[in-house]
Amino acid sequence: MAEQKEYWRWTESRWTNPDLDWKNAKIITAGVDVGSVSSQAVIMCDGQLYAYANMRTGSNSPDSAWNAFNWAIEGTGLTVDDIHYTVGTGYGRVNVPMANKAVTEIACHARGANFMYGPTVRTVLDMGGQDCKAITTDDKGKVQSFLMNDKCAAGTGRGMEVFANLLSVSINEVGDMSLKVDEDPPPVSSTCVVFAKAEATGLLRAGWSTEKVLAAYCLAMAQRVVSLLERNGVQPDFAITGGIAKNAGVVTRLEKLLNLKALAPKYDTQLAGAVGAALFAKALVEKGKKK
Amino acid sequence: MITAGVDVGNKFTKVVVVKGGKVVSKAMTATGFDPAGAANEAYDKAVSEAGIAKGDVQKVFATGAGAIEAKFANDTVTVVSADAKGAYTLFPAARTVIDVGAEEGRAIRLNDQGKIADFAVNEKCAAGAGSFTESMARALEVPLEEMGPLALKSDKTIPMNAQCVVFAESEVVSLVHAKTSKEDISKAVHDAISGRVVSMARRVGVEKELVMIGGVGRNVGFVKCMENGLDGMKATVLDDPEYVSAIGAALLAAE
Repeated sequence: MAEQKEYWRWTESRWTNPDLDWKNAKIITAGVDVGSVSSQAVIMCDGQLYAYANMRTGSNSPDSAWNAFNWAIEGTGLTVDDIHYTVGTGYGRVNVPMANKAVTEIACHARGANFMYGPTVRTVLDMGGQDCKAITTDDKGKVQSFLMNDKCAAGTGRGMEVFANLLSVSINEVGDMSLKVDEDPPPVSSTCVVFAKAEATGLLRAGWSTEKVLAAYCLAMAQRVVSLLERNGVQPDFAITGGIAKNAGVVTRLEKLLNLKALAPKYDTQLAGAVGAALFAKALVEKGKKK
Repeated sequence: MITAGVDVGNKFTKVVVVKGGKVVSKAMTATGFDPAGAANEAYDKAVSEAGIAKGDVQKVFATGAGAIEAKFANDTVTVVSADAKGAYTLFPAARTVIDVGAEEGRAIRLNDQGKIADFAVNEKCAAGAGSFTESMARALEVPLEEMGPLALKSDKTIPMNAQCVVFAESEVVSLVHAKTSKEDISKAVHDAISGRVVSMARRVGVEKELVMIGGVGRNVGFVKCMENGLDGMKATVLDDPEYVSAIGAALLAAE
């Protein structure tokens, strides 16, 4: 069988804050976000980001949680016993073995975005692997309202992965490549990713360039997400989290449609859920919760 | 009177020639990415098989997702009206018609004169159409035509959480890893797709007799699961179910 390159495979990463030493910290908490496509573990020292790992979710949630957690603490000398409290979140949150409590990903994303983008954030769009959430939040990162699509791959990272594979373009490059057109073509008309794939194949046969097909798909995705956002209400400041936040093709078109710039990310956008979880863990420790 | 009906579907293009209310020939080609070419090819085949010349065909009606691609047609009709006409003529007791094709599904309720009382269409989502089974067959590494018979061998009910075909594919992979048998997975797949069609049918109201048309009518697993979903109501699959829309179009052309 011919070897098929995995174009959808995005880069996994880990990081330790060189300016912090966990041994000096009073409260060490962890947030573990087991999503349908990616899993993140974040370690925080007194509410500051100390270490994280971001990797692909495997076929079972407990293993994925441990893999991300162990990778995050790798080389730090930390052990699971040093962590004062751990909150699990995400699609697989009830299956996070080291977590002392589970919190919904909506709450965690709002809280995480508040930390990552600052307290001025009022609208959070989380574009994850298998769902898409529009959240409005207050200056404390508390959820005011939300809408979500978790039924359909249109408007999610999985949909973009399908296109990356179809067009043999790395998932890290699809966004930039889609911007290499002089003018946006009409968007892909099929809602369903399965049909959109067939439509794209037809467009390629009709002589469209890969860039043009990607532009049509990124635009279709942006339009779809805008309607979700508008139903929930959009107020500035606006932040995008999740894997698709790294896709300039979708983000640029979204900003244009909304006539609103998204705040520039200072951290890996996929971390929002886990960061929020670690912050909830810190608040629980401060309230006297013991694991 | 000799007429023809052309049904340019998402996957296959079907043509029938009808003479005096009887089907005299039929032909089918894959639509692919050239629906106009597929329509021409299927039409040529059907006409030559009928042993007539194109000039003998007095009127041609086209239907289906790519109806406008059949340039030689005199007019186009909607799939719902073609379905209703075809199903009612072939089976006058029909009051509910379910048409499931590769990318679309329809539920139509007829009155006792064969007129359309209500209908619902799904053309947005592959989860209620034939492509669903196709994707799952690929994930299971089972030939498509074996999916239905395989499902009949299982009496288990495993709910699929995913609504979307794209997500369901990873769910099927997880079920395979969990050593669930292919029979049980195939049953789960057919329960899921038929469940979507059943809820669409319930929206328009289901009345006896229920007939099933469209290519998915050939899938015994789907038909069985749909009957279960409709509390055991019997579904009559019309002969050559994928041709019924084309037959309806040809009959409408003769009116």
